[in-house]
Amino acid sequence: MTALRILVPVKRVIDYAVKPRVNAAQTGVETAGVKMSMNPFDELSIEEAVRLRERHPTTVTDILAFSAGPAKAQDTLRTAMAMGADRALLAETDTELEPLAVAKLLQRVVKDEDRNLVILGKQSIDGDAGQTGQMLAGLLGWGQATQASAVLGLPAVVTADLRLNEPRYASLPNIMKAKKKPLVKRAVADFGVEVGARLQTVKVVEPAPRKGGGKVEDVGGLVARLKELGAL
Amino acid sequence: MLLTRTAPSVLRAAAAAATAGARARARRFCPLSTLAVLEHKEGNLLPQSLPVITAATKLGGTVTALLAGTDAASVAAQVAKLNGVSEVLTVSNGAYDKSLAENFAPMLQENIKAGGFTHVVAAHSAFGKNIMPRLSALLDVQQISDVIEIHDDSTFVRPIYAGNAIATVKSSDDIKVLTIRGTAFPAAAEGSGSAAAVQESSADPKVESSTTWVSENLAKSERPDLGTATRVVSGGRGLKDKDNFDKLMPPLADALGAAIGASRAAVDSGFADNSLQVGQTGKVVAPQLYLAVGISGAIQHLAGMKDSKVIAAINKDADAPIFQVADVGLVADLFTAVPELTEKLKSEK
Repeated sequence: MTALRILVPVKRVIDYAVKPRVNAAQTGVETAGVKMSMNPFDELSIEEAVRLRERHPTTVTDILAFSAGPAKAQDTLRTAMAMGADRALLAETDTELEPLAVAKLLQRVVKDEDRNLVILGKQSIDGDAGQTGQMLAGLLGWGQATQASAVLGLPAVVTADLRLNEPRYASLPNIMKAKKKPLVKRAVADFGVEVGARLQTVKVVEPAPRKGGGKVEDVGGLVARLKELGAL
Repeated sequence: MLLTRTAPSVLRAAAAAATAGARARARRFCPLSTLAVLEHKEGNLLPQSLPVITAATKLGGTVTALLAGTDAASVAAQVAKLNGVSEVLTVSNGAYDKSLAENFAPMLQENIKAGGFTHVVAAHSAFGKNIMPRLSALLDVQQISDVIEIHDDSTFVRPIYAGNAIATVKSSDDIKVLTIRGTAFPAAAEGSGSAAAVQESSADPKVESSTTWVSENLAKSERPDLGTATRVVSGGRGLKDKDNFDKLMPPLADALGAAIGASRAAVDSGFADNSLQVGQTGKVVAPQLYLAVGISGAIQHLAGMKDSKVIAAINKDADAPIFQVADVGLVADLFTAVPELTEKLKSEK
């Protein structure tokens, strides 16, 4: 069996349980003082890579976790290593990168690090674009399996859906071990990839609030109210 | 070229500026033309393609519909009659029947090059989500996903953070690739005028796909399609198990003529197939009536249904967040309320 050299990209995002608030300037979502975590879909990718190694211990030779983002994304990479990734690479930048730019960075990493399988989350829960994996597959000319619920031919790009697996919790010993695993930081500029923004954010607003219409006493009341509202 | 090579640097700069100017002008005068990539199955256009045509017309230029696959030519006749369609392009090749991104995206790229399209639009469906980003990378453009509003030919509105924020973005790319949210645009209707011309495309690169179609396992349903139904009844964890889901939800759905949906909790617990999941990671619906049964209303679920016209909820927890968005709420045990509601609706039919 071909040796698997896996790349797992992870993103640091606002924790999925936090309700995001638009900032006062309407330029984006407030992130200062907000709990950040690994994008939930990326946990599934790490988990899948680690499970592949558990099933085929000699086939999976290396699991590299990658992130592009601020220095704090190191925490996310440490989490990935605590879950079982062998090492990590951070492309450091303080600007928000668009999916196309991330796909180009990943293309470079795939070449530099000689990867033959990339497992990504199917979307990040902040941008909700759902593009990076497919873009990467297009740039590499590799096969793509999106929204995978069961893991095919190599080399390939696979994007993980929520039902793929249940990610493990990192145990304390593994968190301690992860601190000793290698994490390399490089500036985004060092990758020699064009990462300029193609989209300009004109504004970000809260959606029009929806007001609850109150409660009814019984099933009869429910039907009567739905009729009033023209829904029946 | 020879001239600029020998010219002094000042002249060279001026020539370069003039070329850039000419290019910008050419772009400005380049007429807007949109390629609408449509989905079909078993000889019929799929309903999610109808709002794509409407969105395409909002961009302001001509709209060319593209259909690929064995049945492309027969479906083209249906599409040609729709309002707003200027031309229908068909790529009659069975290689595209399974919509594999590996050969579909290069085929689209060829057609965009041949037709000089300025915009490419598809549904933000499983099809669009799979193929359009690959196409975007081939074209070297930043796609805009899940568009809910079109301001002008380069400014678009889309939800981010599971619909908790709405972003307006302006694209500087030469070709704009968009996937659109079907529930945000009305379906294109059949027009009274003459049908658009249908033409077989000569742009088919016939790229070999590195992935092959093995099989598909579709959830079968006699009920309306969840994505386009006017009424949806959705069940959650409150139903406790699959037996209850199967016993209570189908009769209620049938009494209302509704599609059945489910929360992630219900899908994860095996009560319902994951094709029924409504939410950030499932389908986004916006029916006339959304009835949530035993669903607490997590933000990931609300992301999939909060644009419904009327939301009704039955939940025994009076503090469940679903009541904050529901137009009508009933605090009750669903095991008695749902059968009672089903009977009442049936008797009123």
